[in-house]
Amino acid sequence: MDRADTSARIAAVIEPFNKKAVALTDDSTFAGDLEWDSLTVMDFVAAIEDEFDIIISMNQQAEIETYGQLIDAVTKIKG
Amino acid sequence: MTDAATTPDLFSKFDGLIEQRRALLANGIEDPFNLVMEKVLSPTVAVCNGRETILLGTYNYMGMTFDPDVIAAGKKALDEFGAGTTGSRVLNGTYAGHRAVEQALCDFYGMDHAMVFSTGYQANLGIISTIAGKGDYIVLDIDSHASIWDGCKMGDAEVVPFKHNDIEAMEKRLRRIPEGAGKLVVLEGVYSMLGDIAPLKEMIAVAKAHGAMVLVDEAHSMGFIGPNGRGVAEDQGVLDQVDFVIGTFSKSVGTVGGFCVSNHPKFEILRLVCRPYVFTASLPPSVVHTAATSIRKLMHAGDKRAHLWENSRTLHAGLIARGFTLGTQTPQSAIIAVIMPDLERGAAMWEALLHEGLYVNLARPPATPAGMTLLRCSLCAEHTAEQVQTILGMFERAGKTVGII
Repeated sequence: MDRADTSARIAAVIEPFNKKAVALTDDSTFAGDLEWDSLTVMDFVAAIEDEFDIIISMNQQAEIETYGQLIDAVTKIKG
Repeated sequence: MTDAATTPDLFSKFDGLIEQRRALLANGIEDPFNLVMEKVLSPTVAVCNGRETILLGTYNYMGMTFDPDVIAAGKKALDEFGAGTTGSRVLNGTYAGHRAVEQALCDFYGMDHAMVFSTGYQANLGIISTIAGKGDYIVLDIDSHASIWDGCKMGDAEVVPFKHNDIEAMEKRLRRIPEGAGKLVVLEGVYSMLGDIAPLKEMIAVAKAHGAMVLVDEAHSMGFIGPNGRGVAEDQGVLDQVDFVIGTFSKSVGTVGGFCVSNHPKFEILRLVCRPYVFTASLPPSVVHTAATSIRKLMHAGDKRAHLWENSRTLHAGLIARGFTLGTQTPQSAIIAVIMPDLERGAAMWEALLHEGLYVNLARPPATPAGMTLLRCSLCAEHTAEQVQTILGMFERAGKTVGII
């Protein structure tokens, strides 16, 4: 799957979770910039998983700290 | 060369918690996590700070801690087998009593195999980390107990949580697991924070449809849920679909230890490959003999079970009537969780209850779901109907003092 395409779909999923309307770059972090707690992360991961019909295991999530890393990871999982 | 000034103190990561505790205790409140039971008079009464206190937070559901037969079995074992085994189950640490308690578990659950661990925590840690390996997937409820999470963390499997008790969320995750991967679904019968039960019948059917093995932790149901006290899976008629039941001796059984029972034909090999089983000393003889005696008595405890449920219903209805917010709409187990508005008022309410002469558990994040502060009450079959009324009076007075009701 194309990275730009993935990025656009993730941007749509993230919008309702981005309560403070933080301007997102590839370097934006979920814990720091978006200030998400663990419950928000869980709901967001579920939304991403549903959007792309994939699993992002806890093991994989541990490697994803930034918006850019998420786009890369989903692109890779989708093949 | 190392520079002491720039090398971080390894304890810096605890500063937030240290400050939270300091602020809480600075108000003069008693430390809710440092209480000492000076004397224990019965399964339901102890002396704390010189004050006689009703115990409503011990998980001693069936009140077996002071059962005369259980105590006699322990004393006899101390005399005959000594204070401890000083060894691993696979070396010098398997005594007649360890075999006897495993046979008692097989008889209690009607299963072929039972393996006893030194604690319930180690049972989850050992079984989960051992059976789910690299390339396998563990699908588990997000509100799972710490010992389940730690078992996942210790193993090499891919870990995939789903929203609490959400059958559809579980199904979606199972469906997306790559073909050919091993699958373990981990559930609990009773979730100990809110005292709610799982829809095991539906969830296990979904798990089996996807070819997964199923492990159910029945720590908080043994002895009083289900026709034979085997737990929520038995109550919902699906115990025969469960591959592994995890349980503990430290709740209804009334001592300490953990176990796994199973009908898997290759189960016994776990005794050689499960590290939290192998690399620790086995339970003391007195403990396994008290446990075996207690488990056999729990097979015939119908009257106590009925009284425990009566206590649970009375406390639940009484707290609702007095305006408290509870974790469940109906009494689903012997745990009644009272939801507090925040940690400060939760701690104040906990202390007010202690001054009334009542002990409950103060539970707070990260142990609790959704950042809640809870006063968790666990009932005992030995609580009298009068004690339950006394408890309700204490809650009413403390709740008004603290301004929660």
